[in-house]
Amino acid sequence: MNNRSFKGWLYLLPAILFLGAFMVYPLVDVFVYSFEEGYNSASQSFFGTGLYNYRYVLRDEYFLQALKNTFLLVIITVPLSTGLALLISLALNSIKKLRELFQTIYFLPYVTNTLAVGLVFMILFKKTAYTDGLVNLVINFFGGASVDFIDGPYWAKMFVLCFYTVWVVLPFKILILTSALASVRQDFYNAARLDATPKWRVFTRITLPMISPQLFYLIITGFIGAFKAYSDAVAIFGTDLNAAGMNTIVGYVYDMLYGNSGGWPSFASAAAIILFAIVLTITCINLLVSRKHVYYV
Amino acid sequence: MKVVLEHLTKKFPSRNKKDKSEVVAVNDMSLEIPDGKLVGLLGPSGCGKSTALNLICGLEAPTEGRIFFGEDDVTALPPERRGVGLVFQNYALYPHLTVRQNILFPLQNLRGEAKLSKEVMEEKVLEAAKLVQIEQLLERKPGEMSGGQQQRDAIARALVKMPRVLLLDEPLSNLDARLRLQTREEIRRIQRETGVTTVFVTHDQEEAMSISDVIVVMKDGVLQQTGKPQEVYNDPDNLFVAKFLGTPPINVFDGSVRGGTLHIGGDAVMRADGVADGAYTVGIRPEAFRVRDDGPLRCALETVEVMGRDTTIVSTHPAMQGVSIRSVISAEYAEGVGGDEVRFYLKCAKVHLFDPESGERVRFSSAEAL
Repeated sequence: MNNRSFKGWLYLLPAILFLGAFMVYPLVDVFVYSFEEGYNSASQSFFGTGLYNYRYVLRDEYFLQALKNTFLLVIITVPLSTGLALLISLALNSIKKLRELFQTIYFLPYVTNTLAVGLVFMILFKKTAYTDGLVNLVINFFGGASVDFIDGPYWAKMFVLCFYTVWVVLPFKILILTSALASVRQDFYNAARLDATPKWRVFTRITLPMISPQLFYLIITGFIGAFKAYSDAVAIFGTDLNAAGMNTIVGYVYDMLYGNSGGWPSFASAAAIILFAIVLTITCINLLVSRKHVYYV
Repeated sequence: MKVVLEHLTKKFPSRNKKDKSEVVAVNDMSLEIPDGKLVGLLGPSGCGKSTALNLICGLEAPTEGRIFFGEDDVTALPPERRGVGLVFQNYALYPHLTVRQNILFPLQNLRGEAKLSKEVMEEKVLEAAKLVQIEQLLERKPGEMSGGQQQRDAIARALVKMPRVLLLDEPLSNLDARLRLQTREEIRRIQRETGVTTVFVTHDQEEAMSISDVIVVMKDGVLQQTGKPQEVYNDPDNLFVAKFLGTPPINVFDGSVRGGTLHIGGDAVMRADGVADGAYTVGIRPEAFRVRDDGPLRCALETVEVMGRDTTIVSTHPAMQGVSIRSVISAEYAEGVGGDEVRFYLKCAKVHLFDPESGERVRFSSAEAL
């Protein structure tokens, strides 16, 4: 090892130590636990090794419910929030007056606390003995019947969760996309204009390829973030998500560790590894798709 | 297609919002660009030449005045309906598309009757690529090509839809010196082959002089002079034009005319008839100097720069403006030059008088060297 690379490693050492102790080691540990039956963290003991934990988790109704919820959340919110963010960014980019005001308004949810936002959503959607909630009042006004969004039917609860998630992730996406749009050189648009390029074609052939790296970044992080969703569900439906039928995979992992029925690190580990495998697969697919469609300057 | 600008004015609001004043980028510009010619729009940075170009292509709307393409008034026409091709200063090639796709792009926009079949488009792309000699590079992306190749790609893209007018914004500014020489010849050739009326903007007088049929000199938004390059060079209308054209630049002196004789400092250098007595600014082209042992203009010799074919004599004179006088002499006449002093007589056609206040040219009826 020459002097130069020695120095380099030396500088990297603190980060490597911390990451190793708090990221890599626990990851390996989780992987190991997931194959150890009935691991007990207090006594550091287990009954045996094998795929039992996975078998249990994959047959657990609560896990399957969490899996279904998480997948629905991902499939609905990632395309919806990215598409909406793109639309709003395009609109912001095309106005001059009040642009800064609107940018601030759209960015506000980002600096607002998740739980506070959850509270607001409860007020909007929750049906109590005194009121049906603001949303239901609107529905009633148009002649519809009240729906209990917090304790009612599954689709209503899923709607609120998706609505909430989209609203929470939107600001960051808008921020990234407005700056991406602003960085597309005006010359390209002028050139397209001189060639009488139809608007839609300008968008698909010039704007989209130019902002594709940022768009792709948002899609990947959006997928990962949605798969890891937990706090959003808690903010709306409270901590007993299994009872509400609105648990997510991360919520399931947490419940297995610390919840009312908790104390099962092995099951939690198995569930975590399953989530990891899902996210890894989806991300790899994303990367493969992006090779064809993302253009880096 | 002839292009006519009529009293064209473009004002921009001042950047300072409190300040209600306006910036006049182009000021009452009238110009006729003849059909099929290559016209160089020339001026220093910020003189409004790029704005003039944007007005012609329609990316900017004039504050006042009108623009005609042939007999059509295009002033109110949006850029996409004017039928112009514009080559941007930084080319503005779509970086994610190949050369072929870039050239194809304008053709794919054609709709209705103008719509072309795939085969015809392909043919036109190849034709344009051949014209600018990049048919070998059609599958490359702009980032994989040199500046000169990108420039050709941009010209091909502008030409492929057969524009009525081709506009080039500082076409050579992003190229290195060698490529610049080569590319300007290319532009000349392409313009000749296509016969399309072409306007290009540049701040490099050499560039403009070397390839233009007509040059248009601008300063502070005002058109100074237009004409064939050699004519404008030989017969400048004012001191600015005289100074702006020519390398090495024209030598400027404080002079005066007394009784039909032009004096520079204490030296009576030339007979100049038809000019009122008084103080003048005198411009003398470097090639106007002729070495003679008893020449009337006495200068202190600084250095002699031998360039092979020509020799540049650098000298000073008490009445000169600037730091030195550069005179270009055929090498054979410069052999005897040496010592502290060099004496010149002047070729009258290359000596111009200007009003010291306004800078306007004052023409003499006849002149004779002393």
